[in-house]
Amino acid sequence: MPKDSGIGASSKRREDIRFLTGEGNYTDDINVNGQAYVYFLRSDVAHGTLNSVDTTAAEGMDGVVKIFTGADFEQVGSVPCGWQVTDKHGEVMQEPRHPVLAHGKVRHVGEPIAAVVAETLEQARDAAEAIEVDISELPAVIDMKDAVKDGATKVHDDLTSNLCYDWGFVEENKGAVDQAFKEAAHVTTLELVNNRLVANPMEPRVAVGDFSRGTGEHTLFTTSQNPHVIRLLMGAFVLGIPEHKLRVVAPDVGGGFGTKIFHYQEEAFVTFAAKACNRAVKWTSSRSEAFMSDAHGRDHVTKIELALDKDNNFTALRTDTYANMGAYLSTFAPSVPTWLHGTLMAGNYKTPLIYVNVKAVFTNTVPVDAYRGAGRPEATYQLERLVDKAAHELGVDPIKLRRQNFITEFPYATPVAVEYDTGDYIATMDKLEEMADIAGFAARRKESEAKGKLRGFGVNCYIEACGIAPSNLVGQLGARAGLFESCTVRVNATGGLVVMTGSHSHGQGHETSFAQVVADMIGIPEDMVEIVHGDTANTPMGMGTYGSRSLAVGGSAMVRATEKIIAKATKIASHLLEASESDVELKDGAFTVAGTDKSVAWGDVTLAAYVPHNYPLEEIEPGLEETAFYDPSNFTYPSGAYACEVELDPETGVVTIERFSAADDFGNIVNPMIVTGQVHGGLAQGIGQALLENCSYDSDGQLLSASYMDYAMPRASDLPMFDVDHSCQTPCTHNPLGVKGCGEAGAIGSPPSVVNAVLDAMRSGGSTVDHIDMPVTPHRVWEAMNR
Amino acid sequence: MYNFDVEVPATVAEAVEALGRDEAQPISGGQTLIPTLKARLAAPSVLVSLNAIAELKGVRKDDAGLLCIGGGTTHAQVAKDAEADYPALASLAARIGDPAVRNRGTIGGSVANNDPSACYPAAVLGSGGTVVTNNREIAADDYFIGMFETALDEGEIVTEVRFPVPEAAHYEKHIQPASRFPLVAVFVAKFADGVRVAVTGASENGVFRWTEAEEALSGNFSADAVAGLKADGSQMISDLHGSGEYRAHLVGVMTKRAVAAITG
Repeated sequence: MPKDSGIGASSKRREDIRFLTGEGNYTDDINVNGQAYVYFLRSDVAHGTLNSVDTTAAEGMDGVVKIFTGADFEQVGSVPCGWQVTDKHGEVMQEPRHPVLAHGKVRHVGEPIAAVVAETLEQARDAAEAIEVDISELPAVIDMKDAVKDGATKVHDDLTSNLCYDWGFVEENKGAVDQAFKEAAHVTTLELVNNRLVANPMEPRVAVGDFSRGTGEHTLFTTSQNPHVIRLLMGAFVLGIPEHKLRVVAPDVGGGFGTKIFHYQEEAFVTFAAKACNRAVKWTSSRSEAFMSDAHGRDHVTKIELALDKDNNFTALRTDTYANMGAYLSTFAPSVPTWLHGTLMAGNYKTPLIYVNVKAVFTNTVPVDAYRGAGRPEATYQLERLVDKAAHELGVDPIKLRRQNFITEFPYATPVAVEYDTGDYIATMDKLEEMADIAGFAARRKESEAKGKLRGFGVNCYIEACGIAPSNLVGQLGARAGLFESCTVRVNATGGLVVMTGSHSHGQGHETSFAQVVADMIGIPEDMVEIVHGDTANTPMGMGTYGSRSLAVGGSAMVRATEKIIAKATKIASHLLEASESDVELKDGAFTVAGTDKSVAWGDVTLAAYVPHNYPLEEIEPGLEETAFYDPSNFTYPSGAYACEVELDPETGVVTIERFSAADDFGNIVNPMIVTGQVHGGLAQGIGQALLENCSYDSDGQLLSASYMDYAMPRASDLPMFDVDHSCQTPCTHNPLGVKGCGEAGAIGSPPSVVNAVLDAMRSGGSTVDHIDMPVTPHRVWEAMNR
Repeated sequence: MYNFDVEVPATVAEAVEALGRDEAQPISGGQTLIPTLKARLAAPSVLVSLNAIAELKGVRKDDAGLLCIGGGTTHAQVAKDAEADYPALASLAARIGDPAVRNRGTIGGSVANNDPSACYPAAVLGSGGTVVTNNREIAADDYFIGMFETALDEGEIVTEVRFPVPEAAHYEKHIQPASRFPLVAVFVAKFADGVRVAVTGASENGVFRWTEAEEALSGNFSADAVAGLKADGSQMISDLHGSGEYRAHLVGVMTKRAVAAITG
């Protein structure tokens, strides 16, 4: 029976009342008395020497408060990178300085050169047009393979080359992997591109800096997924502001998808400028600016090889990837193609030997960093395309080949450092086969063919590592931060609770699902629990929301804090009930002495905590407020199997998705409706990558897809009705809720099945093409079929 | 956006006068001009709005049987009011952009702008229509000059577009996936005295008539008649979304499908 409240109930999202009625409080809704506006003058050249920036004429213009250039930030720290990768030779990665405003050189179109603070945005923009910038253009470094050739133009003159690092994983396995390839009965090789994407959250980035001379306190309002992380990165590394003098607020945030994890120079700028100008400074990104200043995603070029024995067992896997870093290292950029990608290369399969090589490359493009899935979609895409290709080369059923090689025993230690705690890949594949109605496919194909269309079916599996992650492990892997989460639960005298979490909700529905957990633990209505997040001034230290970690890590901290509350409340209740603590149990919002009808209500206990007239003051303090920090012992490993069915118009190359089925294992589920919504959103983004989205530069480093006129976002009409199931549940073994995370699965799991289905359709039309790169646009399909 | 004055004349005569001001620019639905202004790519000193001019609005049939659409008529209005008389034209209007665009954008604005990927120019040229301005009538064949180029003079306003109504017509559109403008779209109109085929989205010179197809169809109005025809790809647009060769191919496919839609 579906529950109507608490864990497992599809409670309606309480935050939607304000989001859907225009009552949200987004960063751009925040206006500070007397604020000025900043306009960034951005480079329209991809690479060049910045000879001079002359602001003389602009400074005298109407409304100008102050104009800043790179020279004003020479004494300010570099925008930091939060992850240091060590390469296959034991050397640390090359790490360039990342200035707040360009100095000496410009390195990508969109890099800020100067910033005009003025009374109005229009005045700032007028003055920016009067700034004279003298740039000597240099050849743009765009193609990654060219970038690492000897003699290539360097993006950073003070680095030895454009190679950030050359990572081998696991380096000790390389010899054995190469040997296995020599002994293989069959080797399948695939070269592919994981296309560059622009995250495009509905709300563009905004930052408002404020400074109080009276208290010396800085405040930054910003569109962030992790305000505490911004406080730490910007305060400690860029501006030198101690945390107790810096408050960072990320109020309602209209979508993040990873691109709002990172610390951006605009945030540092408004914070710095607010003090320099002695007034608040506001920046609101235009959509055009977002295209050329929000960190991009993906952009890998990979060669991957699979070795199989004569019985079609996978014996070894070898990959060679070029990963684009862009012009600078964004906050978590180095970790994406390495620890979030190499560690996932085993996928759902018991391949005993794996070697992953990743060359991270600097180019004259916007920095690239985590985007929904971050590394795991890249790993899944190449592996699941490769397995499909192998099946066709060997003439075996792609599902059968997958099943034959599934990991079936857990825990399973992969050859790429991680240990899967639980999973049941056979169960999700069984479920998928049922959902996808494979038996009916032949008839559906006939129907399509009768209309002159081709029909294709494709599947894939996926595994992801979520709940990022154990601090001691990520520390060894190069993280410069811990990845715990914290929570404070404050119970008010009349029994209501305020839960202050370090997780941040920017569309995920935490205010609903987190409240369900706490209400369920205590046995009270959900509306007695309020979730507070997003402000360093009123939440404990938090590491934020990304990597599908909120419930697994932040939710676990919340459970631990609530357990402490219940323990203390039980003590108070046992005093009130004059019973032994061990005899008192909390159920349905009341404390009862076991085996008796003696009980005291939750509200009476909480009132006693704040009105301690009859209270064990010699044993415990008054009040009812607890904090817990939770650091997980492992990642979580959601997994699943997806199927896509497409119809293809051979005359035009147009592909339409007719059916899409997703069978996921997310472990335990708190709110099935929210989980379904998360999968839907992920699928839309994954299908967007597979069919539509492509961030494209020309050889001069000009961004060709710089607006929605050329960057194709998925629309509702591009998507089918999704068939989503999450009834296969193998709970996580190491967090108290047994949850795994669901935010990224759809984006990770969907692209390969779409491309596999398109190729299946093409084959049915007589095509011998064995690969097509994403996005699978009509033009590309037509070209591939007419090659 | 730079600052500018706005004039809101009530008649065409007043609009023409206002357009005599230095660096004046007419604005109708603004679906191209407003984004251009926001990007600071245009800096008119005065915008002359044509939106309050009643005589520019509406769909009517004249005595000669021509369907006459006021230059200031929105796409949404055409979709509704032309449905009975010229369903293919109404269908084209109903498929431009999205509801917001259709409720602001006007036929006069579209025809005056002559975007190489706009829908309306295909209907005007494909129908052999007439563009009427404040001081003359221009046949469609003389009106569309090239990409964003028309026979209009500076300050000339499109007051009406007149369409001969064909026996049958169809507009077949293959969209560019990002902008949803036509990547290639073809308007086929069958008249008693011949067939007209106009292509938009494809050519570097803007909308054009595909005369080979017209000839083939005038003799034998069937999809088979154009099945083997191949458009010349040498002048086709090549961009992120499709090569010239692909566009040339699509011209053939869209034409064939438009004919098939008419013949059933």
